[in-house]
Amino acid sequence: MSKKTDRAALNSELIRRPIKRWAPLFILPVFICFCIGFVWPFIQGIYLSFCNFNVPSDATWVGLQNYQKIWSDVGFWNAFKNTAAFAVVSIILINVVAFGIAYALTQKMWGSNLFRTVFFMPNLIGGVVLGYIWSMIFDGILKHYSTYLTANSTYGFWGLVVLVAWQQIGYMMIIYIAGLQSIPEDMLEAARIDGASGRQILFKIVLPNVMPSITTCTFLTLTNSFKLFDQNLALTGGAPSVIMNGAKINQTELLALNIYSTYNINKNYHGVAQAKAVIFFLLVAVLAIAQQAATRSKEVQQ
Amino acid sequence: MKAKKVLSLTVASAMAAAMLAGCGGSSSSSEAASSAAESTPASSTAESTPAAAGEVYYLNFKPEFDEALQGLAQTYTEKTGVPVKVVTAASGDYATTLNAQMGKDGAPTIYNIGNMSGLKDWDSYALDLSDTPLAGELTTNDFNLYNEAGELKAMGYCYESFGIIVNTKLLADAGHSLDEITNFDSLKAVADDIHARADELGFDAFTSAGLDGSSSWRFSGHLANMPLFYEFRDDGVNEQPATVTGAYLDNFRNIWDLYITDSAADPASLTTATGDQAEAEFGEGKAVFYQNGTWEYANLVTDETKFKMNADDLAMIPIYCGVEGEEKAGLCSGTENCWAVNSQASEEDIQASLDFLYWMVTDADASAVMVEQLGAVPFKSCPASSNKFIVDGNELLSNGNYAVTWAFNYTPNVDSWRSTMVTALAAYSTDPTDANWEQVVSAYVDGWAIEYQTVKG
Repeated sequence: MSKKTDRAALNSELIRRPIKRWAPLFILPVFICFCIGFVWPFIQGIYLSFCNFNVPSDATWVGLQNYQKIWSDVGFWNAFKNTAAFAVVSIILINVVAFGIAYALTQKMWGSNLFRTVFFMPNLIGGVVLGYIWSMIFDGILKHYSTYLTANSTYGFWGLVVLVAWQQIGYMMIIYIAGLQSIPEDMLEAARIDGASGRQILFKIVLPNVMPSITTCTFLTLTNSFKLFDQNLALTGGAPSVIMNGAKINQTELLALNIYSTYNINKNYHGVAQAKAVIFFLLVAVLAIAQQAATRSKEVQQ
Repeated sequence: MKAKKVLSLTVASAMAAAMLAGCGGSSSSSEAASSAAESTPASSTAESTPAAAGEVYYLNFKPEFDEALQGLAQTYTEKTGVPVKVVTAASGDYATTLNAQMGKDGAPTIYNIGNMSGLKDWDSYALDLSDTPLAGELTTNDFNLYNEAGELKAMGYCYESFGIIVNTKLLADAGHSLDEITNFDSLKAVADDIHARADELGFDAFTSAGLDGSSSWRFSGHLANMPLFYEFRDDGVNEQPATVTGAYLDNFRNIWDLYITDSAADPASLTTATGDQAEAEFGEGKAVFYQNGTWEYANLVTDETKFKMNADDLAMIPIYCGVEGEEKAGLCSGTENCWAVNSQASEEDIQASLDFLYWMVTDADASAVMVEQLGAVPFKSCPASSNKFIVDGNELLSNGNYAVTWAFNYTPNVDSWRSTMVTALAAYSTDPTDANWEQVVSAYVDGWAIEYQTVKG
């Protein structure tokens, strides 16, 4: 059977009518799961951010009180600053290194498949495990200088950057490799014949063509760095915890961990943590949409 | 072709990641007991225990009690036909699990309230236990939690003590004896002597004072109880104070200095030194003194897979820190294990839960299991414990020594307060200057005030 008849057969009313008629039935189970597992908790979460509650069933409406408390929460704004700084550093570092490795491994070289696997493997280890392993590695090194990972916020911050870069570079590398391999060989060949230098090929041909991969990877690294939780908890747990200007601050705490520890203060803070989570969601959503718009506009049609 | 390979690798990894994420469950549960209930109706003889119509759901706080509790639940179900479900929340996750479970239908009927701030959270979910037969079985009210109206809302069902565990055999090898140690100065004299001769003796005075999360609670929680207890005693504090004075922090510094100096551990390595490490140092006879509690007895003595130390070579002495009159101090005793019964459960379930608890503390076999698993259990029908540390603690009290209560139960936002203490203690240990000690003082005094305001806010 040729391809043409295939397509014609698919387009025929005889096949399309039952599909149209029964499609809702097949979508239904997933739709129900989506509502139970996502839509409903999401709506309830927003509602609870305006409530004081111990367990969700005994929530009482308090209006914007929870949101007001966040303004004066020094720990939250510190976590916000940490997260922003962490996101900038890790997005740049992870994407540049991942692209570099992907570019190197798509050149004809011995053992490139082996290296791809090796670079990808850290991504298969869970965040908590990685956090504990790396805390031992860092402390083992710092011990020689009579200090330790949670001695100050700088060590903790850069420790987290190294950990997350190590974990995510392999994953982003795979996406970049796929992008690099989809560049038409004839386009590259034409460039070479026209006498383009390696540098020109990289910036004029390769980069514009892997723009879809860049969109995906920056999106993933952006959301990953904002949502980072397990690695943060396991590596430093927010330590060092210090008192500065009459307020308590966990110096290496990122937003997600701050929300988690807020919830655990006592029942009066369940609503506050919920309100923080809503702000957190809005922030990630706005940034992600803006980033998508920015990088999408640079994508080219092949 | 290559793209396909890459794609399949990506998909496979995504699946693996999803599977890993699926393993994040936080509580272990066994519903064997409740399913056994249906299959074995009250067949085994007519026990005196009344069979209620309800069901029991026990959300257990002590992981080490889980296995024995499952067994007790099964026995009870076989005897009475009342289904008993026991779920144990993994350590550290109890608050989260309790919160989640209480929000559902079929919420726990028996659960744990650890301290006064826990009681504030759960007061409206806790039954007043004052007039129950269960309360009549108590030998002491010291470990119960009462709300502001004076109602008995949570009942201490076991208590624990902590102090300094001593390897008396090693102490004798070093030419000293327990009789020498009666206060801080004599403890320091003995420890300094052992530390000075550590190479020759083959062991040191103190185990490592690890500040890793698995060990730091021994100091930010338990050792910090000493200055808290003494200042609360002087000031007559009997509810959570808004501020603390730190009047006894010099004493705290005394004992902390002793821990980090008279020990083989490098102070800079303390942040990564774990609880297991300190336990092993003591269990393997590399140190004479080890600050920990009565619960450590099982690990050191009875657990066949661990150190199998001889109970006669062990003793527990009070923590001395140079306070006047401390020669008459006892061990630090208290509990975070208090039964609460869910007042919002159905009447049948409440009755069934009360009956189950009553059976646990009055039935000869069940109470023996309780004592064996939990150590000191304050109920009339329960036999005395064979735990050497509990025996030592009781002996001190019967000799007229004063009990050191768990003053740290008043700590506001306790995990946060302790984490600041740990940060400051770690910095001080690496570089023990007065300036760094000021950080510890600030974490203790200012930290308390800040956390108190946070909790109130």
